[in-house]
Amino acid sequence: MVRISGPQSLSALQKYFRPTSRTKTYLSHQLYHGLLLDEQGQHVDEVMAVYMAAPHTYTRDDVVEIHCHGSQQVVKSILNLYLCYGLRLAQAGEFTYRAFVNGRLDLGQAEAVASLIHAKTDSSRKLALAQVEGLLSRTLFDVTESLRHTQVLLEAWIDFPEEELPKEDLHHIQQVMAQVSKEIVEITDTYSAGRVLSEGASILLVGRPNVGKSSLLNALLGEERAIVTDVPGTTRDLLEEGVTISGVPVRLVDSAGLRESMDPVEAEGIRRAKQKIQQADLVLFLVDGSSEVGEQDLYAYDACQQAPAFLVRTKLDLPQIADTSFCPYTEYPVSTKVGLGLSELRSAIAEFLLGSYLPSSETVLLTEQRHYDALISAGRCLARFIESLALGLPLEFLVFELREALHLLGQISGETTSDDVLEGIFSSFCVGK
Amino acid sequence: MLMSGYGKKYDVIVVGAGHAGCEAALAAARIGCSTLLLTMGLDTVAQMSCNPAIGGLAKGHLVHEVDALGGEMGLNIDATGIQFRRLNMKKGPAVRAARAQADRMAYSARMKTVVEQQELLDLKQGVVVDLLHAGDRIAGVRTRDGLDFLARSVVLTTGTFMRGLIHVGLNSYSGGRAGEPSSEGLSEALRGLGLTVGRLKTGTPARLSARSIDFSCLEKQSGDINIKPFSFMTDAIVRPQVDCYIAHTNKRTHQVIRENIEKSALFAGVIEGIGPRYCPSIEDKVMRFPGKDSHQSFLEPEGRNSSEMYPSGLSTSLPPDVQLQYFRTMAGFSQVEIMRPGYAIEYDFVEPTQLRPTLETRVLRGLFHAGQINGTSGYEEAAAQGLLAGINAAQSSLDREPLTLGRDQGYLGVMVDDLVTQPTLEPYRMFTSRSEYRLILREDNADQRLTGVGRLLGLVSDERWERYQQKQLQVGQGLQILQQETVRPSDAEAVAALGLDGLKNGISLEVLLRRPEINIEQLATVSPALAGLSAAALEQLEISVKYEGYIKRQVEQVERFRQQEEVVLPEGMDYAGIESLSSEVREKLTKIQPVTLGQASRISGVTPAAIAVLQIYLRKSRHG
Repeated sequence: MVRISGPQSLSALQKYFRPTSRTKTYLSHQLYHGLLLDEQGQHVDEVMAVYMAAPHTYTRDDVVEIHCHGSQQVVKSILNLYLCYGLRLAQAGEFTYRAFVNGRLDLGQAEAVASLIHAKTDSSRKLALAQVEGLLSRTLFDVTESLRHTQVLLEAWIDFPEEELPKEDLHHIQQVMAQVSKEIVEITDTYSAGRVLSEGASILLVGRPNVGKSSLLNALLGEERAIVTDVPGTTRDLLEEGVTISGVPVRLVDSAGLRESMDPVEAEGIRRAKQKIQQADLVLFLVDGSSEVGEQDLYAYDACQQAPAFLVRTKLDLPQIADTSFCPYTEYPVSTKVGLGLSELRSAIAEFLLGSYLPSSETVLLTEQRHYDALISAGRCLARFIESLALGLPLEFLVFELREALHLLGQISGETTSDDVLEGIFSSFCVGK
Repeated sequence: MLMSGYGKKYDVIVVGAGHAGCEAALAAARIGCSTLLLTMGLDTVAQMSCNPAIGGLAKGHLVHEVDALGGEMGLNIDATGIQFRRLNMKKGPAVRAARAQADRMAYSARMKTVVEQQELLDLKQGVVVDLLHAGDRIAGVRTRDGLDFLARSVVLTTGTFMRGLIHVGLNSYSGGRAGEPSSEGLSEALRGLGLTVGRLKTGTPARLSARSIDFSCLEKQSGDINIKPFSFMTDAIVRPQVDCYIAHTNKRTHQVIRENIEKSALFAGVIEGIGPRYCPSIEDKVMRFPGKDSHQSFLEPEGRNSSEMYPSGLSTSLPPDVQLQYFRTMAGFSQVEIMRPGYAIEYDFVEPTQLRPTLETRVLRGLFHAGQINGTSGYEEAAAQGLLAGINAAQSSLDREPLTLGRDQGYLGVMVDDLVTQPTLEPYRMFTSRSEYRLILREDNADQRLTGVGRLLGLVSDERWERYQQKQLQVGQGLQILQQETVRPSDAEAVAALGLDGLKNGISLEVLLRRPEINIEQLATVSPALAGLSAAALEQLEISVKYEGYIKRQVEQVERFRQQEEVVLPEGMDYAGIESLSSEVREKLTKIQPVTLGQASRISGVTPAAIAVLQIYLRKSRHG
């Protein structure tokens, strides 16, 4: 379901929605059946829509809800349609936030709002830690503790130059920071696997007509088929299927519409195909092994050049005459007819998507973009820390990087206040005049 | 009691003539207010009750800020210091700090003279026992002698005197400082106004007779050869310096302390006030760090002509006989004589969260607090607050805009924000680690941060202003020189002097200065124009060029928070009525009454969610 809120909601609905009954005016809180068409009048989806007039809505603003088919691709298309129209995506908790601003919430709900907005601005240790579960949380905690400990030492050297403190062993600190840096890299390295495992990866099948895309799709769905979201409709661009390959959730997208798009005279078609290819986590570029490579194959190859891709040589059961030396991708020969090469392809796909991560192993897995960003930035600070240390920059610049790294980690695991640092100094070292 | 008026009406009355009181009174008078400075004892103006030193990390920074704003502390220590050392010279430009040993008597005497000679300022002896007010504004003070002094503003700087209770071993008696009476009555008056009064504790070590110490057993510590003054007004300090010495406790010392621990007021549980973590007594250190067999102590001379030595780090509440016993276990101290025993002292303070960031109490307009009454410790912390309180007392009595300083403007801003925002759990001392913008709060640029502010208030003399502008002018010229002058491969002399063998192309001095191995003094040797600039200007140039990248990042951090800092929360906002806030947050906001959203965000327990709710609430109420 796609929900739109705000004074422009109704005109946004009317822009693309064609009701089945020839309605001119929309009654509030009434469900209408119809088609959603894009700018060119192309069918996007068959939907049910409801317009709800202010103030009797969740947000107390005008609200439109569009109930569409469940596939992610459909939802994405509808969102795209409205983003191009000029609407923007709601932030986490924003509908509730609007409801609050407009005074709709009562006492009980108000409490919930605080935590919702909290999730949005998010730096409470408790809530954030609840999101980061188990091993990841423990690993981040250890990383933060190492940094805090180092900060305590450095700040003590700065603020208590005349006290008896441990010797300024920068070599040791360099080793500690290098270790922490390595740990952060190990965590961030899991992000692509983590994202794939939590959100699923999209794999696009590209190739000239009759190269064997549908057969490969069906073969990959095969016995490992977990969820199939078959989106019906003959005019649909893309055919999307959900499946798990070696434990990795994957959306296989057969570009039915791309067949026509590969026509060289249709520049627009090529552009759209390229766009789809860019969004894919992996492209399977299919070449019919049993026939000569033709112009259409080269166009298809052109379209996927920038994307991570495998070359799949199909129809291995027939005599092989295709010369694929033009294509640098790793080649996986398969025959869907006799079932050759499919398991190799499956493991290669899983291995590609997960990298070195093994789903069964006891390792940390990063799934949140926000956490990933914070860790990457913190990692950069530590890299600068190590570099500055090697350059012999004074202590305070080392602390500068450390403070920033801790601030970034604080967005995941709770802020380090200056009093935490002082407490660390006074409990670890005997200082005082 | 029969009361009588004093006749003369003042704009500002300052109660207490310690480090806070003197700065407050001088600032008020210099702004143009007729000012009265009332003290319990005219002979103890600007007394150093504890160690005879000014400055150190963050404290030296505060002194520079006081000086830049036209305060007296920097000038006073420059005039009466007997040993100067700059700390942390290798740890970065922002954490270098000046520290000096003072001649305690000379320090006090000079400050008294300055106060006595200040126009518009009367210095009088008197013990304030009550406050006078008219409606919600202070109207004056009443002394024990039955005199009423009237004023529109009053600054209280009570030090350790309010209900002061001295502990020596298990004996205790009333007193504000060794040999001086406590001040009774005033804290009841404050309670009567509805203020929450708490209790803190501090302590000081024994003073030892220099004659009885064998210094040959101790490590000597001398001052810097080239003295860098505290005040931007002092060109140079050339005078003979005295030495400090480093002594150590040992296992036997600790054994004596452990054997007598039940005689310590601290450990016997007779002290209710909370002592500072950063200034533990020697018995604290011995008991808390049993693995440490030795603690160091700096022996600081109390004056050029004084025999008293201050042994730092050895404050105590053990009885004098035990003090003597443990001192005599220490190397060089076998014959030592105690001249004054160490003691602990408990005193009343007023929870500073009841203040505005101007240091005015929220309960009574025109009433300001500064120094230990706000739960702080340290002469420098006191002086800086005294200056701010004095400024705002004057501004208030003249119906002018008050001064508040941001956390990005100075340690004074950091300190006051901390005081009025965070609950005081121990005496507050300044540390550089308390500042999130440390890199831009340096001693060297205190003038750039604050001289303009002081000038606007009327605290900065023409002479100081002229000096400051001259320095800024030179910095500007210097930057041009650095950008325009280059060293070419053909400049054989310069190439050799700077170690640039193999130089291929001409290179500007600015680019050279960015190199870690090249400093501005070296550049000055190859550039006569640069050599013509003052040392202060050169230092400024070096820091701003060498560390430009870091300083930029720090300034960006300031900008990131500026928005929140600038959102003003209306006074008397009804937090109880914002139901989306948790009851804990509502309670805290009601108690602290933050002035800006930024301040609110620093109250412990006020979550980002609560800040978001406040933002919504503000927007909503603004739009009706």
